[in-house]
Amino acid sequence: MPDVQSMVAEFVNKLRKRKIEGSQATAKCTVELLRSVISHQRVPHANQAAALIDAVKAVGQQLVAANPVELAVGNVVRRVLHIIREEDLSLTTAAMAGLDLLDASDDDDIDNCKGIGYPAMSAAVVAAAARSTLRPPSLQTLLEGTPESATVPYTSSSGADSESKSKSADKSSLTRKLKHDVIEGVNQLIQEISGCHEQIAEQAIEHIHQNEVILTLGSSRTVLEFLCAAKEKKRSFRVFVAEGAPRYQGHLLAKELVARGLQTTVITDSAVFAMISRVNMVIIGAHAVMANGGVIGPVGVNMAALAAKKHAVPFVVLAGSHKLCPLYPHNPEVLLNELRSPSELLDFGEFSDCLDFGAGSGSLQVVNPTFDYVPPNLVSLFITDTGGHNPSYMYRLIADYYSADDLVM
Amino acid sequence: MGAQKKGGGGARVSEDAEEQSRQRLQAILLADSFATKFRPVTLERPKVLLPIVNVPMIDYTLAWLEYAGIEEVFVFCCAHSTQIIEYLEKSEWYSHPNLVVRTIESHKSISAGDALRYMYEQQTETSQIQGDFVLVSGDTVSNMPLADLIQEHRDRKKKDEKAIMTMVIKQSKSSSLTHQSRLGTDQLFIAVDPLTKQLLHYEEDKIDHPSGSVCLDKSLLESNPSVLVCNDMQDCYIDICSPEVLSLFEDNFDYQHLRRHFVKGVLVDDIMGYKIFTHEIHSSYAARIDNFRSYDTVSKDIIQRWTYPYVPDINFSGNRPLRLGRQGIYRACDAVLSRSADVGASSVIGYGTKIGDGDKILNSVIGNGCCIGSNVVIEGSYIWNNVTIEDGCEIRNAIVCDGVKIRAGAVLQPGVVLSFNVVVGRDFVVPAYSKVSLLQQPTTEDSDDELEYADSSSATADQLSGLNLQMESKASELGPDGAGYIWEVCEGAHDEEWKHSVAPIPEDKLAEITQAIDDDDTDDESVVPTSGELKSDADSINTDMNDPNDDYDYFEKEVEGTVLRAVEENIKVDLVTLEINGLRLSYNMESADCAGATFYSMMKLAVDTPHNSASELYKNAASIITKWKELLGFYVKKIDEQIEVIMKFEEMCQESPKELGPLFTQILHLLYDKDVLQEDAILRWAEEKAGADEADKVYLKQCDTFIQWLKEASEEEDEDDEDEEEDD
Repeated sequence: MPDVQSMVAEFVNKLRKRKIEGSQATAKCTVELLRSVISHQRVPHANQAAALIDAVKAVGQQLVAANPVELAVGNVVRRVLHIIREEDLSLTTAAMAGLDLLDASDDDDIDNCKGIGYPAMSAAVVAAAARSTLRPPSLQTLLEGTPESATVPYTSSSGADSESKSKSADKSSLTRKLKHDVIEGVNQLIQEISGCHEQIAEQAIEHIHQNEVILTLGSSRTVLEFLCAAKEKKRSFRVFVAEGAPRYQGHLLAKELVARGLQTTVITDSAVFAMISRVNMVIIGAHAVMANGGVIGPVGVNMAALAAKKHAVPFVVLAGSHKLCPLYPHNPEVLLNELRSPSELLDFGEFSDCLDFGAGSGSLQVVNPTFDYVPPNLVSLFITDTGGHNPSYMYRLIADYYSADDLVM
Repeated sequence: MGAQKKGGGGARVSEDAEEQSRQRLQAILLADSFATKFRPVTLERPKVLLPIVNVPMIDYTLAWLEYAGIEEVFVFCCAHSTQIIEYLEKSEWYSHPNLVVRTIESHKSISAGDALRYMYEQQTETSQIQGDFVLVSGDTVSNMPLADLIQEHRDRKKKDEKAIMTMVIKQSKSSSLTHQSRLGTDQLFIAVDPLTKQLLHYEEDKIDHPSGSVCLDKSLLESNPSVLVCNDMQDCYIDICSPEVLSLFEDNFDYQHLRRHFVKGVLVDDIMGYKIFTHEIHSSYAARIDNFRSYDTVSKDIIQRWTYPYVPDINFSGNRPLRLGRQGIYRACDAVLSRSADVGASSVIGYGTKIGDGDKILNSVIGNGCCIGSNVVIEGSYIWNNVTIEDGCEIRNAIVCDGVKIRAGAVLQPGVVLSFNVVVGRDFVVPAYSKVSLLQQPTTEDSDDELEYADSSSATADQLSGLNLQMESKASELGPDGAGYIWEVCEGAHDEEWKHSVAPIPEDKLAEITQAIDDDDTDDESVVPTSGELKSDADSINTDMNDPNDDYDYFEKEVEGTVLRAVEENIKVDLVTLEINGLRLSYNMESADCAGATFYSMMKLAVDTPHNSASELYKNAASIITKWKELLGFYVKKIDEQIEVIMKFEEMCQESPKELGPLFTQILHLLYDKDVLQEDAILRWAEEKAGADEADKVYLKQCDTFIQWLKEASEEEDEDDEDEEEDD
């Protein structure tokens, strides 16, 4: 337990000092931390799910408070809570089913049923639960039908595990089961987060066509992978990179793109409107996607979106599912922006004589916001790891990923 | 064999590197400023625990050190050490996973030098400091990265054993009027080698150079191909030191101040040959809170987020983060604001604070748990925790410490500092720049103003306990229902008070300074260019330590002595010439100077010889000139030199208008007759003088007829010449 606590403290510290940057890295660290929290959490016999939820919530609150601007932290915590709830639900339904089964069988066979019937049942439920967490019962999955459920593999170890413990108390096996399943689910979430770039990049070929001109702003790993995937598929196109002042991360992106053999042009942010008429599609990476379909992205994105709207250029946002935030931007809990040090804009020394708040004389104030908010009506398409979506569909996607109980932590 | 050797060497190098990288990054934090600038506040609480934007200063320093990758910090506590240790124990720093905080207590240390000597003594026993360390003071606010800088220092140390310290500097323009930096410190002059960044000169005492001039040692330019002299740098008081620094302090037991003694000592001392290097930071922030003005400036920089991520809306050290609203207003979520209260830009309002109706708050920081009545005006002020301000008070540019009560209608004028638990009486006006404390000003002022109030912890308690009695009897200096003493400003510092206070420099002071500078402008240029690169081969720069005018005076005296001796002992002209030539070389003078000086001494001799009337004086002069005209003639071969002689003569006449004045024309004529001066020289002098002031023209007018005559003569001569030419 103490080492989990110190791990939490260390991560909180890192978040507080803004040492971790990028929502994917933060999301990954968060979910890995939560996994160890869950695995170290002692679960009481009664109401294990509630204990787990409380533990995760407690840690989650600390993490969110440490850096309220990084919405991915809260998203991942809510995802984990959702996984726990889903697993709990499926286990309870399984237990109910098990009880029915017990009633039907003879008294002599009770031990037998406990030993064999229950694990078999639970394995099926695990599969269902795994399915439900990954592909929640959305319209899409309903239409897909059920044949997949049979093919979902359940690990032999889980079966063996349950079997070896069959003599232990029913409750304890249930507990172990829940924790085990939750950890399985969390592992899948980790895989999903780390694999989101590839998932998104796979769809590149459908969106980028031959001889197109793509505009992007700032730097995003997702966008980089997306463009490179299209390039690998022998699509030849041109990329305009707006440099993304004041951090100029666009320069780094341009360097990477050129290294991968793409035709790249760097432009200033203020030249976006002038260039937009030559652009076929704007592709940007998001910092977070809100429940209404609004996007929080690097500063300057709103301007690019408005320019795209004016010239009827599709404005495409790439976002891994960990960036989907179940909150609305008007929610008072959401801190939309962060003001960074003005030294990114100008040199302190050069302007040090203007910064004094002298007697009545004018003084220089510098504001350096990190993010921009793009309203949903400016976005043409979201590409997440599950496919392309309309801004108006976001709320539905979010309902699949999060439990309504967890929205307020 | 060779290959093996090489392999071995390589391994050793890598081991070295490993050892270096394994070295823990350590820092010494001086939790005492060893100064009295924050009195009377520091009598009751150590400076490092004073809140700046509602967080104790030491938290900024520790959070930054932790962020910069420092693993172990030695907090050196001196004054109020128990308070500091208590605070650290309660804070999260003692249990921090990445940063080990150790406290060192010493009550005997009265200066930074003593503190480091104490560390050195400890060092021999426990060897706590293992390698290079960062030396900072506990009132530093910074967000600069340190790891690269430490690596840079180590690399340099490997190449050059003598590079013992790297000093961090930052550009910060100082005011051209007050010659004071933004942080309220005196303008700093430094000279740096632009290539190696070695520090060559460090000057922050304005006492030596009131006019804004700086003296560099000539040898500095000899040994360095180029020198960068800056006056727009700010010393951040962040030093990367090698262990030698500690032993240097031990060896030089009179080093007290880090800069005034240590840095200057190292720069002057060429026996050990230790070197100090500088590192200029550009994008990151670093400043030390040295006085009330820097308290104000740094607070504002924090609110303006230059110190990001150490800003009030980020929880960097266990502080409760505030919420940042529009216009840079930071507000605690549970602060109660009246609807009619007007909170202006760049303000901070802490937890549990209540702000009443009709209050106006601008550019101010208000701490936790304060209660502010209605119709209060607070501008540019710093209100700490649990302060009660009643209705209708006016507070401008003041610092108000914890637990202060300001009764209704009281006014704090700019620059006021109210120490802990002071009570300001109803409708009382606290005069500008006054410092108020419940403690009486220590009457026995130590001669050494470096002293922090060392034995304060015990004394404070005593004084506080006796206080209540005193208060009742004395009825206080702060109105009938007030409590506290207004401290006397020590003599001499009175003028300076406005320089270091929280209040902005008042307009009338600025106007005064501008006036003074305008007056100065007539005789010397007081505007110093911000920085420039001096090349040693550029001869336009006068690096002489001595003023050339002084030199000339000495030279003149020597020449006078020589001439006097020559006259008395009747020495041959050749020998006198030889002697004066020798003098000329040793003083590096022009031959025109020799001419002036020789003539001056001759005339002086004439004047000094006893005489009754003007005609007698003229006779004296004539005889001397006749006798020594050869000597004079030796130096007046050129027109310029002759003009110099005339000027000198004019000058002498001006000095003694009664004696020599009337004789000006006569002697000038004599000199012309004796062929000492040529007519060209006299005419040129007359031309030059024609444009001068009326006052200067006295002697020109006097010899007007003579010049007229000369002109006619020359014209005639010219005509003659022409005639001759025609004849040819």
